[in-house]
Amino acid sequence: MTKVRLTLIAGLSLVLAACGGPEAETTMAVGGSTSSLPGGLEGEVLVSAAASLTDAFAQVEAQFEVANSGVDVVLNLAGSSALRDQILEGAPADVFASANTSNMDQVAEAGEVAGESQTFAQNLLQIAVPSGNPATITGLEDFGRDELLIGLCAEGVPCGDFAREALANAGVTPAIDTNEPDVRALLTKVEAGELDAGITYVTDVASTGGALDGVDIPDDVNVVADYPIAVLANAPNPDAAAAFIDFVLSDEGQAVLAEFGFVAP
Amino acid sequence: MSPRSARRRSGVGRLPSLLIVLGCLGLALFVVPLAGLLGRVPWSDLPELLTSDVVTDALRLSLIASVSATAISLVVGVPLAWLLARVEFWGRSLVRGIVTLPLVLPPVVGGAALLFALGRRGLVGEPIGELTGLLLPFSTWGVIVATTFVAMPFLVITVEGALRNMDLRFEGAAATLGAKRWTVMRRVTMPMIAPSLVAGLVLTWARAFGEFGATVTFAGNLQGRTQTLPLAVFVALESERDTAVAISLLMVVVSLVVLIALKDRWWKAL
Repeated sequence: MTKVRLTLIAGLSLVLAACGGPEAETTMAVGGSTSSLPGGLEGEVLVSAAASLTDAFAQVEAQFEVANSGVDVVLNLAGSSALRDQILEGAPADVFASANTSNMDQVAEAGEVAGESQTFAQNLLQIAVPSGNPATITGLEDFGRDELLIGLCAEGVPCGDFAREALANAGVTPAIDTNEPDVRALLTKVEAGELDAGITYVTDVASTGGALDGVDIPDDVNVVADYPIAVLANAPNPDAAAAFIDFVLSDEGQAVLAEFGFVAP
Repeated sequence: MSPRSARRRSGVGRLPSLLIVLGCLGLALFVVPLAGLLGRVPWSDLPELLTSDVVTDALRLSLIASVSATAISLVVGVPLAWLLARVEFWGRSLVRGIVTLPLVLPPVVGGAALLFALGRRGLVGEPIGELTGLLLPFSTWGVIVATTFVAMPFLVITVEGALRNMDLRFEGAAATLGAKRWTVMRRVTMPMIAPSLVAGLVLTWARAFGEFGATVTFAGNLQGRTQTLPLAVFVALESERDTAVAISLLMVVVSLVVLIALKDRWWKAL
Protein backbone atom coordinates (compact mmCIF):
# COMPACT_ATOMS: atom_id res chain seq x y z
CA MET A 1 0.00 0.00 0.00
CA THR A 2 2.67 2.49 1.08
CA LYS A 3 4.76 1.54 -1.89
CA VAL A 4 1.87 2.10 -4.27
CA ARG A 5 1.21 5.49 -2.68
CA LEU A 6 4.84 6.51 -2.94
CA THR A 7 4.94 5.51 -6.56
CA LEU A 8 1.78 7.46 -7.18
CA ILE A 9 3.22 10.56 -5.50
CA ALA A 10 6.46 10.20 -7.42
CA GLY A 11 4.53 9.81 -10.65
CA LEU A 12 2.34 12.82 -9.93
CA SER A 13 5.28 15.02 -9.08
CA LEU A 14 6.94 13.98 -12.32
CA VAL A 15 3.84 14.98 -14.23
CA LEU A 16 3.66 18.27 -12.35
CA ALA A 17 7.33 18.94 -12.98
CA ALA A 18 6.86 18.23 -16.66
CA CYS A 19 3.83 20.53 -16.84
CA GLY A 20 5.45 23.28 -14.81
CA GLY A 21 8.75 23.30 -16.66
CA PRO A 22 8.16 25.30 -19.81
CA GLU A 23 5.88 27.78 -18.08
CA ALA A 24 8.46 28.52 -15.42
CA GLU A 25 11.08 29.01 -18.07
CA THR A 26 8.91 31.33 -20.11
CA THR A 27 8.16 33.46 -17.07
CA MET A 28 11.84 33.73 -16.36
CA ALA A 29 12.60 34.58 -19.95
CA VAL A 30 10.05 37.39 -19.94
CA GLY A 31 10.61 38.70 -16.44
CA GLY A 32 14.39 38.59 -16.37
CA SER A 33 15.35 42.07 -17.45
CA THR A 34 19.04 42.80 -17.67
CA SER A 35 21.08 45.79 -16.61
CA SER A 36 19.76 49.05 -17.94
CA LEU A 37 21.61 51.22 -20.39
CA PRO A 38 20.97 54.93 -20.25
CA GLY A 39 18.72 55.87 -23.17
CA GLY A 40 19.04 52.46 -24.87
CA LEU A 41 16.67 49.52 -25.17
CA GLU A 42 16.89 46.81 -22.58
CA GLY A 43 15.52 43.46 -21.45
CA GLU A 44 14.39 40.46 -23.33
CA VAL A 45 12.20 40.32 -26.41
CA LEU A 46 10.41 37.05 -27.10
CA VAL A 47 9.91 36.46 -30.83
CA SER A 48 7.46 33.72 -31.86
CA ALA A 49 8.52 32.91 -35.40
CA ALA A 50 7.49 30.34 -38.01
CA ALA A 51 9.75 27.29 -38.21
CA SER A 52 10.75 28.14 -41.79
CA LEU A 53 12.45 31.27 -40.40
CA THR A 54 14.72 29.24 -38.06
CA ASP A 55 18.02 29.82 -39.86
CA ALA A 56 17.31 33.32 -41.12
CA PHE A 57 16.08 34.65 -37.75
CA ALA A 58 19.04 33.13 -35.89
CA GLN A 59 21.22 35.35 -38.05
CA VAL A 60 18.89 38.35 -37.65
CA GLU A 61 18.97 37.85 -33.87
CA ALA A 62 22.78 37.82 -33.78
CA GLN A 63 23.07 41.04 -35.79
CA PHE A 64 20.27 42.79 -33.87
CA GLU A 65 21.96 41.99 -30.57
CA VAL A 66 25.23 43.42 -31.79
CA ALA A 67 23.44 46.67 -32.61
CA ASN A 68 21.41 46.63 -29.36
CA SER A 69 23.65 45.21 -26.67
CA GLY A 70 21.07 45.70 -23.92
CA VAL A 71 18.48 43.50 -25.58
CA ASP A 72 18.37 39.71 -25.54
CA VAL A 73 16.25 38.23 -28.31
CA VAL A 74 14.66 34.87 -27.45
CA LEU A 75 13.33 32.91 -30.44
CA ASN A 76 10.30 30.67 -30.01
CA LEU A 77 10.15 28.64 -33.21
CA ALA A 78 7.22 26.41 -34.25
CA GLY A 79 4.67 25.95 -36.99
CA SER A 80 2.70 29.16 -37.57
CA SER A 81 -0.59 27.57 -36.53
CA ALA A 82 0.92 26.27 -33.29
CA LEU A 83 2.29 29.76 -32.51
CA ARG A 84 -1.11 31.24 -33.28
CA ASP A 85 -2.70 28.87 -30.76
CA GLN A 86 -0.08 29.73 -28.13
CA ILE A 87 -0.76 33.44 -28.54
CA LEU A 88 -4.53 32.95 -28.48
CA GLU A 89 -4.15 30.87 -25.30
CA GLY A 90 -2.33 33.78 -23.66
CA ALA A 91 1.32 32.72 -23.80
CA PRO A 92 3.44 35.86 -23.39
CA ALA A 93 5.34 36.99 -26.49
CA ASP A 94 6.46 40.31 -27.93
CA VAL A 95 6.59 39.63 -31.66
CA PHE A 96 4.75 37.23 -33.96
CA ALA A 97 6.23 36.37 -37.37
CA SER A 98 3.96 34.05 -39.36
CA ALA A 99 4.60 32.07 -42.53
CA ASN A 100 1.19 32.93 -43.93
CA THR A 101 -1.37 35.69 -43.61
CA SER A 102 -4.28 33.58 -42.36
CA ASN A 103 -2.68 32.79 -39.00
CA MET A 104 -1.73 36.45 -38.49
CA ASP A 105 -5.28 37.49 -39.43
CA GLN A 106 -6.74 35.18 -36.79
CA VAL A 107 -4.44 36.62 -34.14
CA ALA A 108 -5.37 40.15 -35.24
CA GLU A 109 -9.10 39.36 -35.18
CA ALA A 110 -8.73 38.21 -31.57
CA GLY A 111 -7.34 41.67 -30.74
CA GLU A 112 -3.89 40.32 -29.91
CA VAL A 113 -1.98 42.50 -32.39
CA ALA A 114 -0.81 46.01 -31.48
CA GLY A 115 -1.30 48.25 -34.51
CA GLU A 116 -1.02 46.61 -37.92
CA SER A 117 1.01 43.67 -39.15
CA GLN A 118 3.51 44.24 -41.97
CA THR A 119 4.73 41.87 -44.66
CA PHE A 120 8.49 41.56 -44.15
CA ALA A 121 9.33 38.76 -46.57
CA GLN A 122 7.96 36.57 -49.30
CA ASN A 123 8.70 33.01 -50.17
CA LEU A 124 8.34 31.60 -53.67
CA LEU A 125 7.81 28.05 -54.81
CA GLN A 126 10.61 26.15 -56.44
CA ILE A 127 10.89 22.70 -57.98
CA ALA A 128 13.13 20.50 -55.83
CA VAL A 129 15.06 17.75 -57.63
CA PRO A 130 17.72 15.31 -56.39
CA SER A 131 21.27 16.61 -56.59
CA GLY A 132 22.40 16.64 -60.21
CA ASN A 133 18.81 16.53 -61.51
CA PRO A 134 18.99 12.93 -62.83
CA ALA A 135 15.61 13.13 -64.56
CA THR A 136 16.55 16.46 -66.22
CA ILE A 137 13.49 18.32 -64.99
CA THR A 138 13.20 21.71 -66.67
CA GLY A 139 9.87 23.07 -65.49
CA LEU A 140 6.35 22.47 -64.27
CA GLU A 141 5.43 20.75 -67.59
CA ASP A 142 7.49 17.74 -66.47
CA PHE A 143 4.99 17.17 -63.65
CA GLY A 144 2.54 15.86 -66.25
CA ARG A 145 4.91 13.08 -67.38
CA ASP A 146 3.57 9.76 -66.18
CA GLU A 147 6.93 7.92 -66.32
CA LEU A 148 8.48 10.21 -63.70
CA LEU A 149 8.02 9.89 -59.95
CA ILE A 150 6.40 13.11 -58.79
CA GLY A 151 5.51 14.25 -55.27
CA LEU A 152 3.58 17.18 -53.85
CA CYS A 153 2.49 18.19 -50.35
CA ALA A 154 -1.04 16.94 -49.67
CA GLU A 155 -4.05 19.17 -50.23
CA GLY A 156 -4.82 21.26 -47.16
CA VAL A 157 -1.13 21.63 -46.30
CA PRO A 158 -0.06 25.17 -47.37
CA CYS A 159 2.77 23.96 -49.65
CA GLY A 160 0.36 21.50 -51.29
CA ASP A 161 -2.29 24.12 -51.97
CA PHE A 162 0.27 26.61 -53.32
CA ALA A 163 1.80 23.92 -55.56
CA ARG A 164 -1.58 23.01 -57.07
CA GLU A 165 -2.25 26.69 -57.67
CA ALA A 166 1.04 27.07 -59.55
CA LEU A 167 0.40 23.91 -61.61
CA ALA A 168 -3.06 25.20 -62.49
CA ASN A 169 -1.52 28.53 -63.50
CA ALA A 170 0.83 26.65 -65.81
CA GLY A 171 -2.03 24.53 -67.17
CA VAL A 172 -0.40 21.28 -66.07
CA THR A 173 -2.31 18.26 -64.75
CA PRO A 174 0.25 16.53 -62.53
CA ALA A 175 0.78 12.75 -62.60
CA ILE A 176 1.24 12.59 -58.83
CA ASP A 177 2.82 9.52 -57.21
CA THR A 178 2.57 10.68 -53.62
CA ASN A 179 0.89 13.42 -51.54
CA GLU A 180 3.24 13.97 -48.63
CA PRO A 181 1.91 15.07 -45.22
CA ASP A 182 4.37 17.99 -44.94
CA VAL A 183 7.16 19.73 -46.79
CA ARG A 184 9.88 17.98 -44.75
CA ALA A 185 8.61 14.52 -45.74
CA LEU A 186 8.55 15.58 -49.38
CA LEU A 187 12.10 16.95 -49.21
CA THR A 188 13.35 13.72 -47.63
CA LYS A 189 12.05 11.62 -50.53
CA VAL A 190 13.45 13.97 -53.16
CA GLU A 191 16.79 14.16 -51.35
CA ALA A 192 16.97 10.34 -51.22
CA GLY A 193 16.45 10.26 -54.98
CA GLU A 194 13.19 8.33 -54.60
CA LEU A 195 11.23 11.09 -56.29
CA ASP A 196 12.33 12.80 -59.49
CA ALA A 197 10.77 16.10 -58.47
CA GLY A 198 8.60 17.85 -55.91
CA ILE A 199 7.36 21.40 -55.36
CA THR A 200 8.59 23.16 -52.20
CA TYR A 201 9.65 26.66 -51.14
CA VAL A 202 12.80 28.35 -52.42
CA THR A 203 14.05 28.59 -48.81
CA ASP A 204 13.65 24.82 -48.30
CA VAL A 205 15.91 24.07 -51.22
CA ALA A 206 18.42 26.66 -50.01
CA SER A 207 18.45 25.17 -46.49
CA THR A 208 19.50 21.68 -47.57
CA GLY A 209 22.94 22.95 -48.50
CA GLY A 210 23.41 21.28 -51.87
CA ALA A 211 21.72 17.94 -51.17
CA LEU A 212 18.93 19.17 -53.44
CA ASP A 213 18.92 21.21 -56.61
CA GLY A 214 16.27 23.79 -57.38
CA VAL A 215 14.59 24.45 -60.72
CA ASP A 216 12.98 27.88 -60.86
CA ILE A 217 9.30 28.36 -61.60
CA PRO A 218 8.62 31.36 -63.88
CA ASP A 219 7.21 34.41 -62.06
CA ASP A 220 4.03 34.51 -64.13
CA VAL A 221 2.85 31.14 -62.79
CA ASN A 222 4.60 31.08 -59.40
CA VAL A 223 2.68 31.61 -56.17
CA VAL A 224 3.85 34.03 -53.50
CA ALA A 225 3.61 33.23 -49.78
CA ASP A 226 3.54 36.40 -47.64
CA TYR A 227 5.25 36.48 -44.23
CA PRO A 228 3.67 39.08 -41.90
CA ILE A 229 5.18 40.32 -38.63
CA ALA A 230 3.60 42.31 -35.77
CA VAL A 231 4.06 43.52 -32.20
CA LEU A 232 1.60 41.72 -29.93
CA ALA A 233 -0.96 43.63 -27.87
CA ASN A 234 0.25 42.15 -24.57
CA ALA A 235 3.95 42.43 -25.37
CA PRO A 236 5.93 42.70 -22.11
CA ASN A 237 8.62 44.70 -23.93
CA PRO A 238 6.89 46.65 -26.73
CA ASP A 239 9.72 49.12 -27.38
CA ALA A 240 12.29 46.42 -28.00
CA ALA A 241 9.69 44.51 -30.03
CA ALA A 242 9.16 47.51 -32.31
CA ALA A 243 12.92 47.94 -32.65
CA PHE A 244 13.29 44.28 -33.63
CA ILE A 245 10.65 44.63 -36.35
CA ASP A 246 12.31 47.82 -37.61
CA PHE A 247 15.55 45.89 -37.84
CA VAL A 248 13.90 43.02 -39.77
CA LEU A 249 12.50 45.58 -42.24
CA SER A 250 15.80 47.50 -42.49
CA ASP A 251 18.29 46.98 -45.30
CA GLU A 252 20.51 44.96 -42.99
CA GLY A 253 17.64 42.65 -41.94
CA GLN A 254 16.39 42.25 -45.49
CA ALA A 255 19.90 41.36 -46.66
CA VAL A 256 19.98 38.49 -44.14
CA LEU A 257 16.59 37.21 -45.30
CA ALA A 258 17.69 37.40 -48.93
CA GLU A 259 20.74 35.35 -48.04
CA PHE A 260 18.41 32.54 -46.95
CA GLY A 261 16.29 32.67 -50.10
CA PHE A 262 13.49 35.00 -49.02
CA VAL A 263 12.28 37.73 -51.34
CA ALA A 264 11.73 41.34 -50.27
CA PRO A 265 8.01 42.25 -50.28
CA MET B 1 -13.94 -3.33 13.53
CA SER B 2 -10.32 -2.20 13.69
CA PRO B 3 -8.77 -0.74 10.53
CA ARG B 4 -6.27 -3.55 10.46
CA SER B 5 -8.89 -6.27 10.23
CA ALA B 6 -10.83 -4.29 7.62
CA ARG B 7 -7.73 -4.05 5.51
CA ARG B 8 -7.03 -7.71 5.90
CA ARG B 9 -10.53 -8.59 4.89
CA SER B 10 -10.36 -6.32 1.85
CA GLY B 11 -7.34 -8.29 0.71
CA VAL B 12 -9.34 -11.47 0.42
CA GLY B 13 -13.05 -10.78 0.19
CA ARG B 14 -13.83 -7.23 -0.92
CA LEU B 15 -12.24 -5.65 -3.97
CA PRO B 16 -9.32 -3.41 -2.90
CA SER B 17 -10.63 0.09 -3.50
CA LEU B 18 -7.25 1.64 -4.34
CA LEU B 19 -6.78 -0.83 -7.16
CA ILE B 20 -10.24 -0.04 -8.47
CA VAL B 21 -9.54 3.70 -8.45
CA LEU B 22 -6.16 3.36 -10.15
CA GLY B 23 -7.49 0.81 -12.61
CA CYS B 24 -10.35 3.09 -13.58
CA LEU B 25 -7.91 5.97 -13.96
CA GLY B 26 -5.98 3.79 -16.41
CA LEU B 27 -9.16 2.82 -18.20
CA ALA B 28 -10.20 6.47 -18.49
CA LEU B 29 -7.10 7.15 -20.56
CA PHE B 30 -8.52 4.84 -23.23
CA VAL B 31 -12.21 5.55 -22.86
CA VAL B 32 -12.10 9.35 -22.79
CA PRO B 33 -10.47 9.82 -26.23
CA LEU B 34 -12.90 7.28 -27.65
CA ALA B 35 -15.77 9.32 -26.24
CA GLY B 36 -14.20 12.45 -27.69
CA LEU B 37 -14.15 10.79 -31.10
CA LEU B 38 -17.73 9.56 -30.81
CA GLY B 39 -18.83 13.06 -29.81
CA ARG B 40 -17.52 14.41 -33.12
CA VAL B 41 -19.08 11.78 -35.39
CA PRO B 42 -21.37 13.36 -38.00
CA TRP B 43 -23.93 10.54 -37.68
CA SER B 44 -26.39 11.72 -40.34
CA ASP B 45 -23.70 12.18 -43.00
CA LEU B 46 -21.99 8.93 -42.09
CA PRO B 47 -23.32 6.71 -44.93
CA GLU B 48 -22.37 9.30 -47.51
CA LEU B 49 -18.91 9.93 -46.03
CA LEU B 50 -18.08 6.24 -45.71
CA THR B 51 -19.08 5.37 -49.28
CA SER B 52 -16.94 8.07 -50.91
CA ASP B 53 -14.17 6.99 -53.32
CA VAL B 54 -11.44 7.99 -50.91
CA VAL B 55 -12.80 5.80 -48.13
CA THR B 56 -13.63 2.70 -50.18
CA ASP B 57 -10.25 2.84 -51.94
CA ALA B 58 -8.46 3.21 -48.61
CA LEU B 59 -10.48 0.41 -46.99
CA ARG B 60 -9.69 -1.94 -49.87
CA LEU B 61 -5.97 -1.13 -49.65
CA SER B 62 -5.97 -1.48 -45.86
CA LEU B 63 -7.54 -4.93 -46.08
CA ILE B 64 -5.16 -6.07 -48.84
CA ALA B 65 -2.11 -4.78 -46.96
CA SER B 66 -3.07 -6.07 -43.51
CA VAL B 67 -4.11 -9.54 -44.69
CA SER B 68 -1.00 -9.85 -46.89
CA ALA B 69 1.23 -8.74 -44.03
CA THR B 70 -0.38 -11.34 -41.75
CA ALA B 71 0.02 -14.10 -44.34
CA ILE B 72 3.68 -13.24 -44.96
CA SER B 73 4.28 -13.14 -41.20
CA LEU B 74 2.77 -16.61 -40.89
CA VAL B 75 4.99 -18.03 -43.64
CA VAL B 76 8.31 -16.52 -42.51
CA GLY B 77 7.62 -15.36 -38.96
CA VAL B 78 6.68 -18.73 -37.46
CA PRO B 79 9.86 -20.43 -38.73
CA LEU B 80 11.82 -17.46 -37.37
CA ALA B 81 10.12 -17.87 -33.98
CA TRP B 82 10.94 -21.58 -34.03
CA LEU B 83 14.62 -20.89 -34.75
CA LEU B 84 14.78 -18.35 -31.93
CA ALA B 85 13.07 -20.68 -29.46
CA ARG B 86 14.66 -24.00 -30.31
CA VAL B 87 18.07 -23.46 -31.86
CA GLU B 88 20.92 -22.21 -29.75
CA PHE B 89 23.29 -20.15 -31.80
CA TRP B 90 25.83 -17.43 -31.19
CA GLY B 91 24.23 -13.98 -31.21
CA ARG B 92 20.70 -15.20 -30.62
CA SER B 93 19.95 -12.35 -28.21
CA LEU B 94 21.11 -9.89 -30.83
CA VAL B 95 18.88 -11.48 -33.46
CA ARG B 96 15.92 -11.41 -31.08
CA GLY B 97 16.63 -7.76 -30.35
CA ILE B 98 16.70 -6.91 -34.04
CA VAL B 99 13.43 -8.77 -34.63
CA THR B 100 11.77 -6.93 -31.73
CA LEU B 101 13.14 -3.52 -32.74
CA PRO B 102 10.15 -2.50 -34.91
CA LEU B 103 7.96 -2.77 -31.78
CA VAL B 104 9.82 0.02 -30.04
CA LEU B 105 11.22 2.13 -32.88
CA PRO B 106 9.16 5.06 -34.13
CA PRO B 107 7.57 3.67 -37.32
CA VAL B 108 8.88 6.70 -39.23
CA VAL B 109 12.42 5.55 -38.47
CA GLY B 110 11.53 2.10 -39.80
CA GLY B 111 10.05 3.67 -42.92
CA ALA B 112 13.15 5.76 -43.53
CA ALA B 113 15.37 2.69 -43.03
CA LEU B 114 13.26 0.76 -45.53
CA LEU B 115 13.56 3.65 -47.97
CA PHE B 116 17.35 3.70 -47.69
CA ALA B 117 17.51 -0.10 -48.09
CA LEU B 118 14.75 -0.93 -50.55
CA GLY B 119 14.15 2.39 -52.32
CA ARG B 120 15.02 3.15 -55.91
CA ARG B 121 18.49 4.32 -54.83
CA GLY B 122 18.61 1.91 -51.89
CA LEU B 123 21.25 -0.60 -50.87
CA VAL B 124 19.19 -3.59 -52.03
CA GLY B 125 16.46 -1.75 -53.90
CA GLU B 126 18.70 -0.42 -56.67
CA PRO B 127 20.08 -3.82 -57.83
CA ILE B 128 16.62 -5.40 -57.52
CA GLY B 129 15.12 -2.59 -59.56
CA GLU B 130 17.77 -2.98 -62.26
CA LEU B 131 17.23 -6.75 -62.47
CA THR B 132 13.45 -6.92 -62.26
CA GLY B 133 12.13 -3.41 -62.75
CA LEU B 134 10.29 -3.78 -59.45
CA LEU B 135 9.93 -0.50 -57.59
CA LEU B 136 8.67 -0.75 -54.00
CA PRO B 137 8.20 2.89 -52.93
CA PHE B 138 4.95 4.46 -54.16
CA SER B 139 3.49 1.01 -54.89
CA THR B 140 1.05 -1.28 -53.07
CA TRP B 141 3.93 -3.76 -52.65
CA GLY B 142 5.74 -1.07 -50.69
CA VAL B 143 2.73 -0.72 -48.37
CA ILE B 144 2.75 -4.48 -47.77
CA VAL B 145 6.48 -4.48 -47.00
CA ALA B 146 6.16 -1.55 -44.59
CA THR B 147 3.19 -3.03 -42.71
CA THR B 148 4.85 -6.47 -42.52
CA PHE B 149 8.00 -4.87 -41.13
CA VAL B 150 6.08 -3.19 -38.34
CA ALA B 151 3.55 -5.96 -37.59
CA MET B 152 5.46 -9.25 -37.84
CA PRO B 153 7.33 -8.91 -34.52
CA PHE B 154 4.00 -9.38 -32.72
CA LEU B 155 3.68 -12.86 -34.23
CA VAL B 156 7.32 -13.80 -33.70
CA ILE B 157 7.44 -12.91 -30.01
CA THR B 158 4.08 -14.52 -29.27
CA VAL B 159 4.91 -17.78 -31.00
CA GLU B 160 8.44 -17.84 -29.65
CA GLY B 161 7.12 -17.46 -26.11
CA ALA B 162 4.66 -20.30 -26.64
CA LEU B 163 7.36 -22.58 -28.03
CA ARG B 164 9.62 -21.85 -25.08
CA ASN B 165 6.92 -22.52 -22.50
CA MET B 166 5.86 -25.74 -24.14
CA ASP B 167 6.66 -28.97 -22.39
CA LEU B 168 9.25 -30.59 -24.63
CA ARG B 169 8.39 -34.07 -23.32
CA PHE B 170 5.33 -34.25 -25.58
CA GLU B 171 7.46 -33.80 -28.68
CA GLY B 172 9.97 -36.26 -27.23
CA ALA B 173 7.26 -38.85 -26.61
CA ALA B 174 5.91 -38.53 -30.13
CA ALA B 175 9.40 -38.97 -31.55
CA THR B 176 9.99 -42.01 -29.34
CA LEU B 177 6.79 -43.50 -30.73
CA GLY B 178 8.27 -43.22 -34.19
CA ALA B 179 6.77 -39.95 -35.47
CA LYS B 180 8.90 -38.18 -38.04
CA ARG B 181 10.06 -34.64 -37.33
CA TRP B 182 7.48 -33.07 -39.66
CA THR B 183 4.69 -35.19 -38.16
CA VAL B 184 5.70 -34.09 -34.66
CA MET B 185 5.60 -30.49 -35.80
CA ARG B 186 2.18 -30.92 -37.45
CA ARG B 187 0.45 -33.20 -34.93
CA VAL B 188 2.01 -32.14 -31.61
CA THR B 189 3.80 -28.77 -31.72
CA MET B 190 1.35 -26.78 -33.83
CA PRO B 191 -1.79 -27.87 -31.95
CA MET B 192 -0.13 -27.08 -28.63
CA ILE B 193 0.83 -23.54 -29.64
CA ALA B 194 -2.36 -22.94 -31.65
CA PRO B 195 -3.94 -20.46 -29.18
CA SER B 196 -0.76 -18.34 -29.16
CA LEU B 197 -0.51 -18.59 -32.91
CA VAL B 198 -4.07 -17.31 -33.34
CA ALA B 199 -3.56 -14.53 -30.79
CA GLY B 200 -0.30 -13.55 -32.49
CA LEU B 201 -1.91 -13.52 -35.92
CA VAL B 202 -4.79 -11.33 -34.74
CA LEU B 203 -2.44 -8.85 -33.07
CA THR B 204 -0.25 -8.81 -36.18
CA TRP B 205 -3.26 -8.12 -38.35
CA ALA B 206 -4.52 -5.36 -36.04
CA ARG B 207 -1.13 -3.65 -35.96
CA ALA B 208 -0.88 -3.89 -39.75
CA PHE B 209 -4.39 -2.49 -40.15
CA GLY B 210 -3.46 0.59 -38.13
CA GLU B 211 0.02 1.13 -39.58
CA PHE B 212 0.80 4.72 -40.54
CA GLY B 213 4.34 6.02 -40.05
CA ALA B 214 6.40 3.42 -41.89
CA THR B 215 3.87 3.28 -44.71
CA VAL B 216 3.78 7.00 -45.41
CA THR B 217 7.56 7.32 -45.12
CA PHE B 218 8.40 4.33 -47.31
CA ALA B 219 5.47 3.98 -49.70
CA GLY B 220 4.11 7.51 -49.88
CA ASN B 221 0.47 8.50 -50.02
CA LEU B 222 -1.66 8.19 -53.17
CA GLN B 223 -5.33 7.34 -53.30
CA GLY B 224 -5.97 3.87 -54.76
CA ARG B 225 -2.31 2.86 -54.70
CA THR B 226 -0.74 3.52 -51.31
CA GLN B 227 -3.30 5.46 -49.29
CA THR B 228 -4.53 3.13 -46.53
CA LEU B 229 -7.18 4.18 -43.99
CA PRO B 230 -4.72 5.67 -41.45
CA LEU B 231 -3.15 7.79 -44.20
CA ALA B 232 -6.57 8.89 -45.40
CA VAL B 233 -7.44 9.98 -41.84
CA PHE B 234 -4.23 11.97 -41.52
CA VAL B 235 -4.70 13.81 -44.80
CA ALA B 236 -8.40 14.44 -44.15
CA LEU B 237 -7.62 15.96 -40.73
CA GLU B 238 -6.01 18.91 -42.53
CA SER B 239 -9.10 19.88 -44.46
CA GLU B 240 -12.14 17.59 -44.06
CA ARG B 241 -12.60 16.96 -40.35
CA ASP B 242 -15.88 15.04 -40.84
CA THR B 243 -14.33 12.53 -43.24
CA ALA B 244 -11.41 12.05 -40.89
CA VAL B 245 -13.73 11.32 -37.97
CA ALA B 246 -15.87 8.96 -40.07
CA ILE B 247 -12.83 6.93 -41.15
CA SER B 248 -11.55 6.88 -37.58
CA LEU B 249 -14.87 5.47 -36.42
CA LEU B 250 -14.70 2.82 -39.15
CA MET B 251 -11.22 1.80 -37.98
CA VAL B 252 -12.27 1.69 -34.33
CA VAL B 253 -15.27 -0.50 -35.11
CA VAL B 254 -13.41 -2.94 -37.37
CA SER B 255 -10.47 -3.26 -34.96
CA LEU B 256 -12.72 -3.63 -31.90
CA VAL B 257 -14.79 -6.36 -33.53
CA VAL B 258 -11.65 -8.34 -34.29
CA LEU B 259 -10.05 -7.79 -30.88
CA ILE B 260 -13.26 -8.71 -29.02
CA ALA B 261 -13.58 -11.84 -31.13
CA LEU B 262 -10.17 -12.80 -29.75
CA LYS B 263 -11.57 -14.86 -26.92
CA ASP B 264 -10.21 -15.00 -23.38
CA ARG B 265 -8.60 -18.33 -24.08
CA TRP B 266 -6.40 -16.74 -26.70
CA TRP B 267 -5.58 -13.69 -24.62
CA LYS B 268 -4.21 -16.07 -22.01
CA ALA B 269 -1.97 -17.53 -24.68
CA LEU B 270 -0.25 -14.22 -25.33
